[in-house]
Amino acid sequence: MAPRIPRIPPSKITPPEVYFNRRSFLAGAMAAGVGMSIGVARAAVLPGQAGAPLAFTPNPRESVAALVHASGQDEKPNTYEEIINYNNYYEFGVDKTDPAVNAHQLQTRPWSIAVAGEAEVTGTFHLEDFLKPYALEERIYRFRCVEAWSMVIPWVGIPLASMLQRFKPTSKAKYVAFETVYRPAQMPGQASWPPILPWPYREGLRIDEAMNPLTLMVVGLYGRQLPNQNGAPLRLIVPWKYGFKGIKSIVKIRFTEIQPVNTWNQATPSEYGFYANVNPEVPHPRWSQATERRIGAPLFHERQATLMFNGYADQVADLYRGMDLHRYY
Amino acid sequence: MRDSRPFLGLNVERRYRLVYKPAVFAASLVPFAWLTCCLFGWLGFSAGVDPVKFLELECGQTALNFIFLTLLVTPVRHLAGLPHLPRLRRMLGLFAFFYVALHFTVYVVLDLEFDWHTLGADIAKRPYITVGFTAFLMLIPLAVTSTNRMMRRLGRRWTQLHRLVYVIAAFGVWHFYWQEKKDVREPLLYAAGLALLLGYRAVRTWRQKRQRRPVLRPVREG
Repeated sequence: MAPRIPRIPPSKITPPEVYFNRRSFLAGAMAAGVGMSIGVARAAVLPGQAGAPLAFTPNPRESVAALVHASGQDEKPNTYEEIINYNNYYEFGVDKTDPAVNAHQLQTRPWSIAVAGEAEVTGTFHLEDFLKPYALEERIYRFRCVEAWSMVIPWVGIPLASMLQRFKPTSKAKYVAFETVYRPAQMPGQASWPPILPWPYREGLRIDEAMNPLTLMVVGLYGRQLPNQNGAPLRLIVPWKYGFKGIKSIVKIRFTEIQPVNTWNQATPSEYGFYANVNPEVPHPRWSQATERRIGAPLFHERQATLMFNGYADQVADLYRGMDLHRYY
Repeated sequence: MRDSRPFLGLNVERRYRLVYKPAVFAASLVPFAWLTCCLFGWLGFSAGVDPVKFLELECGQTALNFIFLTLLVTPVRHLAGLPHLPRLRRMLGLFAFFYVALHFTVYVVLDLEFDWHTLGADIAKRPYITVGFTAFLMLIPLAVTSTNRMMRRLGRRWTQLHRLVYVIAAFGVWHFYWQEKKDVREPLLYAAGLALLLGYRAVRTWRQKRQRRPVLRPVREG
């Protein structure tokens, strides 16, 4: 029997900098809002191909050393090769290796993002304009798939909160909905029949989840432009939720008053909920979520305990106080 | 192509023993050799980013393929006129058992890493694992009773016991279907194949029964 791994306080597990930097994130967000209105570029994601270097601020305090797992071992990020060759991106095929083969067909430039719904500022923006006001930062996050495998990934992105505040959501904005591009001609998985999922892929967050400092809008990986198979040019990462919440290749953002549809919940409501928080105590109806296999770990050392909220309980547990997480899975 | 026709100057008995059986044996080891190469990265093969899942899925599917091959023997024997083909069936069945055992070993050793607690919980609570494990258990008596001696000893009951393979095949497909997250096209294809294989047998049995029944029944008097 594998030794039971003793739990240590989540504060030791998660990068505390994110938590302590909340105020600077918000300040940055406000500055960004101003930046947009007076046309000052703070940082730019240059139009370019996947894999091109990005100008970003490495966040030394969110370094690998800060990611200490319950086992007491440092968590090493997965290799670039692992991250770009093992993807669930059904728009490019259902096998893990399909996206790496097919994703080059997607044209990610020019790209525009439509912002709509309960906000003062709405409209359609070019990707470059959309990203211009923000400084990019690196975040090394655990990534836990609902299929019970996991990775550690150095993303480059922008806190979603700073992005969303720029559109001045109204008090009616209780949720944020996202939509993936629909281009069957460039995405063979969307063209296959019968449809694997109801396209286009949709996801959503409660507004407080969206505004949490951990929630990241990702444009890069390992300091380079995000490869298509990982969701270029723009994808969401919500590190305390199962990977399918991290919608890829986003073209629409809508602030809504009612809970938006999310594709996996729509497809199989008994197995996938709206919240999809990583929770070792709530099994998937067909498999356990108590443990996970860390991709790339040495044989016989892959399986490890899954942590509540994927180890980010300190930052996010408050969002769900009083909620029955067995019901709202 | 009738297998009783002379070939290389060998009679049926020797042909199966010296040519067909060794060929089938070698061919049946090809998936094993391929998986070994993938695992160790030999000859340019690779098990990808998640070798454990890769081995698990490939062993499982190979096992299911071998079960299907054993079920194909009867229809092919009838339709292609190869009366001696069943001589190969035991070997195919034992290879099915070999790959199922490998599949289970990868699951316990590489996937669960000998976490017996989780294994117990999986078998008891995860329906798709319960189904797969049951199929594995049912295969064991079939493998054990596969010797000539056991065939003689069990006689008629041997045939009855080995009909269990129909249930095992169904459980195997069910296990395959249930573990899929969403894309069940491949398991459904297997289910359709199984329906054909079993349907063939059902139709044949029904026809034979009907033929045996006297066409003219005696008219009851009175």
